[in-house]
Amino acid sequence: MSKYVGERIKRTEDPRLIKGLAHYVDDIRLPDTLHVAFVRSIYAHARIKAIDTTEAANSAGVVAVYTGKDVAEKVGPVPCAAALPDLKVPDYRVLATDKALFVGHPIAAVVATDRYVARDAADLISVDYEELPAVVDVEQAAQGGALVHESFGDNIAYKLTSGEGDIEAAMKSADRTVSQKMVHQRLAPIAMEPRGVLARYFPGEEELTVWSSTQIPHLLRTQLALMIGIPENKLRVITPEVGGGFGSKLNVYAEEALLGWISMQLGKPVKWIESRRENVQATIHGRAQVGTVEVGCRNDGTITGLRYDVVADLGAYHQLLTPAIPTLTGLMLSGAYKIPAIQMNVTGVFTNKMSTDAYRGAGRPEATYVVERVMDIVAAELKMDPVEVRRRNFPKANEFPFHTATGLDYDSGDYEAALDKALDLSGFKSLRAAQAKARAEGKLMGIGISSYVEICALGPSQAMPAGGWESATVRIEPTGKVTVMTGASPHGQGQETSFAQIAADELGVDINDVTVIHGDTAIVQYGIGTFGSRATAVGGTAVLIAIQKLKEKAAKIAAHMMQCDASSVAFEAGKYSRQAATAAAAGTSEPVVPVGEAPAGALPEPQTNGRTSLTIQEIALAAHIAKEIPPDTEPGLSATYFFEPKNFTFPFGTHICVVEIDKDTGAVKIVKYVAVDDCGKVINPMLVDGQVHGGIVQSIGQALYEEVVYDDQGQLVTGELMDYALPKASQVPWFETDRTETPSPVNPLGVKGVGEAGTIGATPAIVNAVVDALAPYGVKHLDMPLRPEKIWRIIKS
Amino acid sequence: MKQAISINVNGVDHAAEVEPRLLLVHYLRDVLGLTGTHVGCETSICGACTVLLDGQAIKSCTMLAVQADDSNVTTIEGLATNGDLHPVQEGFWEKHGLQCGYCTPGMIIAASQIIDRNPNPSRDEIRHGLEGNLCRCTGYQHIVEAVEYAAKKASA
Repeated sequence: MSKYVGERIKRTEDPRLIKGLAHYVDDIRLPDTLHVAFVRSIYAHARIKAIDTTEAANSAGVVAVYTGKDVAEKVGPVPCAAALPDLKVPDYRVLATDKALFVGHPIAAVVATDRYVARDAADLISVDYEELPAVVDVEQAAQGGALVHESFGDNIAYKLTSGEGDIEAAMKSADRTVSQKMVHQRLAPIAMEPRGVLARYFPGEEELTVWSSTQIPHLLRTQLALMIGIPENKLRVITPEVGGGFGSKLNVYAEEALLGWISMQLGKPVKWIESRRENVQATIHGRAQVGTVEVGCRNDGTITGLRYDVVADLGAYHQLLTPAIPTLTGLMLSGAYKIPAIQMNVTGVFTNKMSTDAYRGAGRPEATYVVERVMDIVAAELKMDPVEVRRRNFPKANEFPFHTATGLDYDSGDYEAALDKALDLSGFKSLRAAQAKARAEGKLMGIGISSYVEICALGPSQAMPAGGWESATVRIEPTGKVTVMTGASPHGQGQETSFAQIAADELGVDINDVTVIHGDTAIVQYGIGTFGSRATAVGGTAVLIAIQKLKEKAAKIAAHMMQCDASSVAFEAGKYSRQAATAAAAGTSEPVVPVGEAPAGALPEPQTNGRTSLTIQEIALAAHIAKEIPPDTEPGLSATYFFEPKNFTFPFGTHICVVEIDKDTGAVKIVKYVAVDDCGKVINPMLVDGQVHGGIVQSIGQALYEEVVYDDQGQLVTGELMDYALPKASQVPWFETDRTETPSPVNPLGVKGVGEAGTIGATPAIVNAVVDALAPYGVKHLDMPLRPEKIWRIIKS
Repeated sequence: MKQAISINVNGVDHAAEVEPRLLLVHYLRDVLGLTGTHVGCETSICGACTVLLDGQAIKSCTMLAVQADDSNVTTIEGLATNGDLHPVQEGFWEKHGLQCGYCTPGMIIAASQIIDRNPNPSRDEIRHGLEGNLCRCTGYQHIVEAVEYAAKKASA
């Protein structure tokens, strides 16, 4: 029975956050904490000839200074977990040794008594650089010229071809083929809380605790243990409140290892809080692909084949998943369509820039963008309605599970239902009429559609570098309070609430009796973390199944206590009852000592004589006191489950965007936005709406405003929020959201995941709308970001 | 050379000797331990550090503590009265106006000023009033609804 699941339950996380009483890393203050500041490369590519640290080291308040030489043999390289055939993996030291390979590359670390003093001292360190030619343009870099890593002989990290079907035959059999070059510009994730690390080593106990703003506490612990050579069971990673991640904290960073190691050297707590400038320089970026898509189609709009040749700008080094991200693009090139033959040829290329890695969507937004732009390009080529081209190529609802030419099996879906709902909600026919009228009046109005599908709930372990499962432990304490420990690591998504909803319903208890604990490796069993729209679908399922295991045990104890056979015990609304036939013969069902009202210093004795029903919380007490449990049963009432999904999930939907363009300025205004998303079963609609809204606004950022710009010397031009343009409240529209609900067969909750839907589905809807608005100028494609100047130039030419 | 300052924060007088270069946000966080005010950009763009200075919303990351000498500061910790949430705080909770929570204290302070100045703001006025505060999680819609809720509640 569902009392909480499916309801708009207010978040249990919120009181501490709205009162300003939550603790992010920088809010944790330990006595005697030292502060670390980094010296970072001011050049994109330079030989480090000498580093003079004397003046810094002699400054008042400075405790230590470390350079690459000091740590090269002590701290292992920054790890890359992605495995690809013939992948070149550069040795990524935590501090640069002989060369700096990107602006922001850490070169030295200063430890001081105060953050201001540390920064002052860092400025006193003099680095003698010999500037080298910077490798900036990714397409040129793929061809040759200057090298990022001389020993590799070229800038190619890997080449990979993926896909199924005979692509040559598919192109030959097409009535026509169209091709388009597309740029997916480099983006910065910009979590509002920059990264931060606090490390404290106890030399006596030989125990290190690292507080880090991360999405993957357990994976981080394993990697840090290997990097700094401390036994994993002597290392505790805690993720306190985390102020957003969007993939940028799904990583293992040099600073995390270095801070741990420095604390071990000095025996004191050390803290580093990333500045925003450091954040744009040295926290991973996303996207950064330049590709050409070629598609074959028949005259009726049927797509026969799709080829995507792409160079991916990886940056100078591999962070945790860098080379793997473009492979996710290859997996999703079928989009929401039946395409018999698909091929992606990807070249991963080193450049003198920060690494790219998983930014919300991680390779899938690029695929969706390619496919959804192509649908419009084909429609324009054939003079067809873009809606009809999409409809013609959708798999039907009865064709699921649906096998794609990218090698996936889509779990479930009804793409037309979502499209139809979005068309209805947007009043599509009247929109087209309004557009005709606007055009007649010389106004620029455009309508864009995107019918997306995404690959989520990552994922089966076979497809993941470090396990695709998730874990949960559920324990009912002697006082009846329920503790849920999840290996997921929510950082804004609200699983302290949504997992409590699942637990409270399944146990039939009040939601206020449930506490969800995450992000502390000393408390929570090993877990994987929060990314890839996986936490609820995989981690929530682990919670559900752990509870089901716990209830099997509780039922046995209940039967024992009520002196009946386990098969005659029924569970409903938090109570185990002897079924009617046998219950009639027994006595009262009134609890004698309510849970939680024990005399001080003693646990209440469960009074069970003659009872015909017992709450699960009473059973928990009995299980701990252990005087009345079956002889073959362990005391206590807890269960742990590691859930391994058999497949990914495939959420989908249709977004419709309407824009108006100011002819005088080129500014784009989104005047209507409709999103119909299908993320399977919904645990908390309010949280799902929040995920959708936030994702769409990040898409608006990519489509209209955001771009990480390096100049031809590899200097980072957009190094602050003054230059890197995040969308503001006044720049985004009111979203009309709705859902269809197609449960996933992959997990018993039926949940598909929703964290990335907005960034995957929305970007092409916005760009399609702008291109549609500019159709009177003969525009067929434009590369993002669609800033006013770009559009103004088209209008004026 | 340290300078003596006296600032009333959330109704309590505080006197301290601080370096002239100490930022107000670091004074609040590191000297007074009021860590609800966050630092997000150090350039006055994101608004995570917004506090009220003599009733005006300001960015405490680009103001020196010595410039706030002899003034009254309200931070997120001082917004509730006698344990009752401020209507804006209540609105953020009711309408899911926050996800990761990092921008939230500054957002709430800025929103409180919007409804102080205009008890019945339109959605456009709310959005305009929040231009100095960035949120990367919510897409702003639930924040706008939270401020509408608060305006209604405050004028009820």
